[in-house]
Amino acid sequence: MTGTTRSVPAAGQAAPIVAQGRTKAVLSEGKRAERRLGLLLCAPAAVVMIAVTGWPIVYSIWLSLQRFDLRFPAKREFVGLQNYLTVLSDGYWWTSVVVTVGITVVSVVIELVVGMTLALIMHRTLVARGLIRTVALIPYGIVTVVAAFSWKYAWTPQTGYLADLVGPDKAVLTERLPALGAIIIAEVWKTTPFMALLLMAGLALVPDDLLRAASMDGAGPWQRFVRIIVPVMKPAILVALLFRTLDAFRVFDNIFVLTGGAQGTGSVSMLTYDNLIKGLNLGIGSTMAVLIFIAVAIIAFLFIKGFGAAAPGSDQGGKR
Amino acid sequence: MAEIVLDKVTKRYPDGALAVHEVNIEIADGEFVILVGPSGCGKSTTLNMIAGLEDITEGELRIGGERVNERAPKDRDIAMVFQSYALYPHMTVAENMAFPLRLAKVDKATIERKVTEAAKILDLTQHLERKPSNLSGGQRQRVAMGRAIVRNPKAFLMDEPLSNLDAKLRGQMRTSVSRLQKQLGTTTVYVTHDQTEAMTLGDRVVVMRGGVVQQVGAPQFLYDHPANLFVAGFIGAPSMNFMPATLADGQLSTPLGQVRLGDEVRRRVEAANAPRDVVLGVRPEHFEDAALVDEASRARGTVFTAHVDVLESMGSEKYAYFTVDGEQASSAELDELAADSGSVDVPASGGQLVTRLSAASTVTEGVALDVWFDTDKVQLFHPDSGVNLTYAGK
Amino acid sequence: MTVIGGAETRARKVRWSIIDIVVVVYALIPVLWILSLSLKSKNTLTDGNFVPREWSIQNYIDIFHTNEFLLALVNSIGIALIATAIAVVLGTMAAYAIARLDFPGKQLLVGFSLLVAMFPQVSLVSPLFEIERSLGLFDTWPGLILPYITFALPLAIYTLSAFFREIPWELEKAAKMDGATPAQAFRRVIAPLAAPGVFTTAILVFIFCWNDFLFAISLTSTTRSRTVPAALSFFTGSSQFEEPTGQVAAAAVVITVPIVLFVLFFQRRIVAGLTSGAVKG
Repeated sequence: MTGTTRSVPAAGQAAPIVAQGRTKAVLSEGKRAERRLGLLLCAPAAVVMIAVTGWPIVYSIWLSLQRFDLRFPAKREFVGLQNYLTVLSDGYWWTSVVVTVGITVVSVVIELVVGMTLALIMHRTLVARGLIRTVALIPYGIVTVVAAFSWKYAWTPQTGYLADLVGPDKAVLTERLPALGAIIIAEVWKTTPFMALLLMAGLALVPDDLLRAASMDGAGPWQRFVRIIVPVMKPAILVALLFRTLDAFRVFDNIFVLTGGAQGTGSVSMLTYDNLIKGLNLGIGSTMAVLIFIAVAIIAFLFIKGFGAAAPGSDQGGKR
Repeated sequence: MAEIVLDKVTKRYPDGALAVHEVNIEIADGEFVILVGPSGCGKSTTLNMIAGLEDITEGELRIGGERVNERAPKDRDIAMVFQSYALYPHMTVAENMAFPLRLAKVDKATIERKVTEAAKILDLTQHLERKPSNLSGGQRQRVAMGRAIVRNPKAFLMDEPLSNLDAKLRGQMRTSVSRLQKQLGTTTVYVTHDQTEAMTLGDRVVVMRGGVVQQVGAPQFLYDHPANLFVAGFIGAPSMNFMPATLADGQLSTPLGQVRLGDEVRRRVEAANAPRDVVLGVRPEHFEDAALVDEASRARGTVFTAHVDVLESMGSEKYAYFTVDGEQASSAELDELAADSGSVDVPASGGQLVTRLSAASTVTEGVALDVWFDTDKVQLFHPDSGVNLTYAGK
Repeated sequence: MTVIGGAETRARKVRWSIIDIVVVVYALIPVLWILSLSLKSKNTLTDGNFVPREWSIQNYIDIFHTNEFLLALVNSIGIALIATAIAVVLGTMAAYAIARLDFPGKQLLVGFSLLVAMFPQVSLVSPLFEIERSLGLFDTWPGLILPYITFALPLAIYTLSAFFREIPWELEKAAKMDGATPAQAFRRVIAPLAAPGVFTTAILVFIFCWNDFLFAISLTSTTRSRTVPAALSFFTGSSQFEEPTGQVAAAAVVITVPIVLFVLFFQRRIVAGLTSGAVKG
């Protein structure tokens, strides 16, 4: 055997030697084909998403700087930030902001508590686990408008089973606070199962051994929940909260069906819709659209920054 | 079938990290070469570069005399066996094996014949219609081998193909891989971190560390003449014992006492211009119960006395463990080997000495024993560079 | 947890059964209520009773005799199916690329689709209303299909790339070593393995499109493209002088049927699909 070579190992640590001058790697055929294919496969999805969201949002900003009422198309003109002043000094706008924030906060808090309970039930139940999961999916899957009608008729005097419970003379949906309560109930009913499913996926990540170890260490059920389960599934909780908060902020369907936004129960989405489709005021409608967009961006930013929430996709997707 | 030449092949990642540095290996037609080293040493990256699954940053790769750096894997005509076997779960065993041939647009009759043939060689005939999920680990491994051999590629690449099998099966499969390779005579590059596989399977072994080839040679040669501390510690189980020693006038002061070096060893050490402080390496089998050593041998060795901490009787031999006083040998390479101990036996740590004694020894645990070791077989290493100062190759 | 005896197990089973029943009641009451309403006869419609006193399928007969509902149903089915098909095809392509291939701009695409997922849809209503009017897309099928595809794509991409990531990566390397081009590796190895994931995604996307209300009432104006959820809120019923409660309820039940079927038959897949993207992106 003559092919014995002897090379002196690099002195000291075997840490990777850092390249001196950076040379541009010549990509092999396979690598180039991979890049080409990657771009090609993503292009259609990217084009559609940009065309239907990117361009309209820019156009929406442009519209928001104009006086543009379809009932008086001749009066269309560029007015700068005038629309923003109009909207931001308008009482209806601020009412709808308060309503939206109120519904969002209250319903998300209730959903988190009920959702966590439901998640624990789905995760732990000894009997009929499949049935419970199936049943829990129904509120998630059902068309929101259908559910909204169900709630509406339930609260309608004479027709509904709930109306009788609160008293024969009370029309829940025609008084502000009770109506908001009804809206929140409808929201919570519809979206809690989704929240619960996300939380249940997080629960599945808590190793059973960890809980057994905690029991051996003397932790009771409540302590196990607070000290072990919640910290371990924190990322899942934050993701669920982020998505539900943004989703709740867009509340529209339930309000449209239940109250139509009457008695100061309209959300910002509802108000925007009214201005736009009913009022045909594109300038004001667009201004509200831009403001909502900014608000949502701020909420998302606060969540991701404040909680360090690992938003899905923030990992190095598919990194080798 | 073809020879594979790696000419200063280098892999540098975009972030500047160097994974493989100027690797030169000439693999002859039909040769079985093992790439071995601790995890992260660049052996798998090297294999993937040969396969075409990773780009070569610098250098040239030639298969059968042709440069193939820029060719896609499918145009290199080489087959690969993966650690996870990578069997297509939606295809039967027969379909799995036929897949490369179908892609190559081979006609149906030929595919049928070749698959049947391969199944016969690998003893898979009765499993051809089953799905991989219904096979045992060993059967899956054989299907992966079958998929590689059906199309008569220029070379086989194997990435730790046996590491997912249990110990007993691994031993059996090791033999059959070796037999199969000899039977087919196909050039094979085999990556492993199991040094038993490295010792038993290959014609030649390439030891890598930190992206750099440490030594290339026949397994026995590497065992007898390691180029440096790293190779010495990596090859062999249980591994070589290392301890600090001081060299003066052909005399070696060691924790085991004064050692007079043999003439041959002394000559090499002088030629290597050795420093005063060195690392002494002694393989476990170069120790013996002094009571069993004849007078002639006793004269060329050194005897020391120590308490036996633990005794493991293997039937055919006995392993006796001692604790040695004084400092331990330290070096970056030894640290790395210790860190990799998940896969390699740790070089005697904590000043522990491992010795392999004849089964005839009557020693028991806890007693003081006179232990002899062969001073002609000791190896001395430079404490900083790790170079073997007693290297006898070339 | 020590199980002392059969009695203890039985007690726990009973306790869980009670809890489960509470969950079932919670989830089903509004659904059963609208079903009950739809089956009440005209005389008993406003009796406020949870269970119909007089059963009748007259409401169903009525709605299937109105063009309003039939056309809306056709629109709903057609639009949701087309949007689902396109979104799943585009999403599969993009998700495969994101999960498996290395190419510039990947992170950008992932970030952008996350942005779209969080996008307030109402912000798009005004510009789309105007853009679609000028392009002649207002009140047409494509006018709804386009925004549906857009908002379904992030969902499709996340769900699918999670599924794709579960396919062992080495299989594709193996296919390449076996002589496949990247396109062949996709078609012959990855696609068959990804089929269940694609199917699950299709269900989720369909539910999403089927559910939409905001776009449906904003970007349509006639029965030409109005879907059932939108049509429900404009229902006048067969007669001008009465609240169309019974017919709304019947129509609502009809569009709930496919959802219930999906949930019954594909519960496991839907749960896997919904949670796959969320747990580990």
